[in-house]
Amino acid sequence: MSALLVLAAGPGVTVQDRGRPGWLAQGLSRGGAADVLALAEGAALLGQTEDCAAVEMAMSGGTFEAEGDLIIALTGASMAATLDGVPLAWNATHRLGQGQRLVIGGAKAGVYGYLHVAGGIATAPVMGSRSAHLTAGLGAAVGSGDRLPVGEAGPTRPGLGIAVADRFSGGTVGVVPSAQTGLFSAAERDRFAAATFTRDARGNRQGVRLVHDGAPFAATEGQLSIVSEIIVPGDIQMTGDGTPYVLLPECQTMGGYPRIGTVVPQDLPVVAQAAPGTRLRFRFVTREEALADLHRQGRGAARFGGAIRPLLRDPGDIADLLAYQLIGGVTAGADLDGEDGA
Amino acid sequence: MPDAETAIRPEDAAYPRLATMGLTGLLVSFAGRLDERANRAAVAFRSAVEAEGWADVEETAASLASVFLRFDPFETDLAAIETRLRALLDSRDWYAVGLPTGRRLWRIPTVFGGEYGPQLAEAAALAGRTSEEAVAELTAAPVRVLTIGFAPGLPYMGTLPAQWDIPRQTGVTPRIPAGALVIAVRQLIVFPTATPTGWRHVGQTGFRGFRPEAAEPFPLRSGDEVRFVPIAAEELADLRAANPDNGGAVAEPIP
Repeated sequence: MSALLVLAAGPGVTVQDRGRPGWLAQGLSRGGAADVLALAEGAALLGQTEDCAAVEMAMSGGTFEAEGDLIIALTGASMAATLDGVPLAWNATHRLGQGQRLVIGGAKAGVYGYLHVAGGIATAPVMGSRSAHLTAGLGAAVGSGDRLPVGEAGPTRPGLGIAVADRFSGGTVGVVPSAQTGLFSAAERDRFAAATFTRDARGNRQGVRLVHDGAPFAATEGQLSIVSEIIVPGDIQMTGDGTPYVLLPECQTMGGYPRIGTVVPQDLPVVAQAAPGTRLRFRFVTREEALADLHRQGRGAARFGGAIRPLLRDPGDIADLLAYQLIGGVTAGADLDGEDGA
Repeated sequence: MPDAETAIRPEDAAYPRLATMGLTGLLVSFAGRLDERANRAAVAFRSAVEAEGWADVEETAASLASVFLRFDPFETDLAAIETRLRALLDSRDWYAVGLPTGRRLWRIPTVFGGEYGPQLAEAAALAGRTSEEAVAELTAAPVRVLTIGFAPGLPYMGTLPAQWDIPRQTGVTPRIPAGALVIAVRQLIVFPTATPTGWRHVGQTGFRGFRPEAAEPFPLRSGDEVRFVPIAAEELADLRAANPDNGGAVAEPIP
């Protein structure tokens, strides 16, 4: 079995898949990739199921070596990547030949970058998932010396790129009302929707803290006397001092802080990918609007169909593979062998 | 906190209450506060929903006084689920149901006070008790697992007598060990992993509430009863060595 050898890894590198749903009643949150869209993009680029596990890298990557010939994909927060010293395009697939060394540096924008391998990372599943859930004590961070086995790859190819919309620099995200939205007055909800927040330095896979210039946000019925209730990822909870936290996939499953609303799932990657200092705003939308938006975006591999194209390389600029552009109209049968930077 | 048995009456028209949670969830609330009958209603109603086996419900969970249902927003007709839920709610008086079947009584050896429960005296004082009286009260009768949540396998157990309606501390203890017994707001928790907490640390068990490598990762279930059995500090290490998962805890079926 081929493998990815880890020679060095940043502090926030873990194996993640779509998580471990079904244990909410036992207190275990789903976990899984912080940016599920990036996970899906990598699967689409490699032509494999979204159930494949990948390496998630928070803020910085690591140094990896191929054991066997691998095809990889890089998605999510764009990071400086080189293969044996040659720069690699992000949001693209590449060949990583036996013994070749992949170095992934710090995030240029966003937080979570993903290193996918054709065949998927094939570590042993625990309770139905390969995702590390460090808060729950499941799995461990990826570290120097680890050998990550790789599953059997299907047909796939290097030299493909995917065009992605920017979700790495904040912006306005949709929020639907939730069971506790009514605990906040209309005036307080309006003030929340009008505020511009900055993603605080405090944040991780459990949730991110948001700061703003105005007064804290308070529930009408009192911040500290609410019965603990089930939490879903995307919930925006107001802690005791009225500071909002947006909860992410590795959040606690139950909490007693009131929640003003829930970020819609299709916009949650924008929150997860907001690096410290990034600005975020919230817009209340109806359930119907959010569902229509969700259906418009679609799901599964079909939604990426038109976005995946062969990478175009300027033959006179071979060293600078970051200059690759995506072009239209190139047939999938175009011979791009050897254009993967290998 | 009001008396647990009278806080919410079934005739309170506001409950049960249905609300959406995000795009993927529905919440059926039986009370707006901790309440024994609402808790029993939630546990029973969740079992009933599970027994219905509705294909569009992907997951359910009961919390202290409510039931959460998760579904797929792409495929699901929310109104249809709500109609079925209302019919199920109307089918009986959920506040009047008994406790679930298949419950167990656990006896969990526990070291109280000293380095294993450094806040015992402080918690006891808030309840108007000496440390010795506190241990006697906390071990005199079983408490019930009201819900499991926050962290994997973390049981909220209660309801303790009214004098134990003591607040969480304002500050947070940065780290208490796995197996620690903590107390606040008429409830006890045994932490499955080392954690920061605002609850007061009164004792130590060798009980692991989350065993990811085991066939049954979560030993406790909502409705189980738990009796804490006081032991001497020097006994704990032996109990843990003999059984690293249970730390001497034993369970028997409740008939």
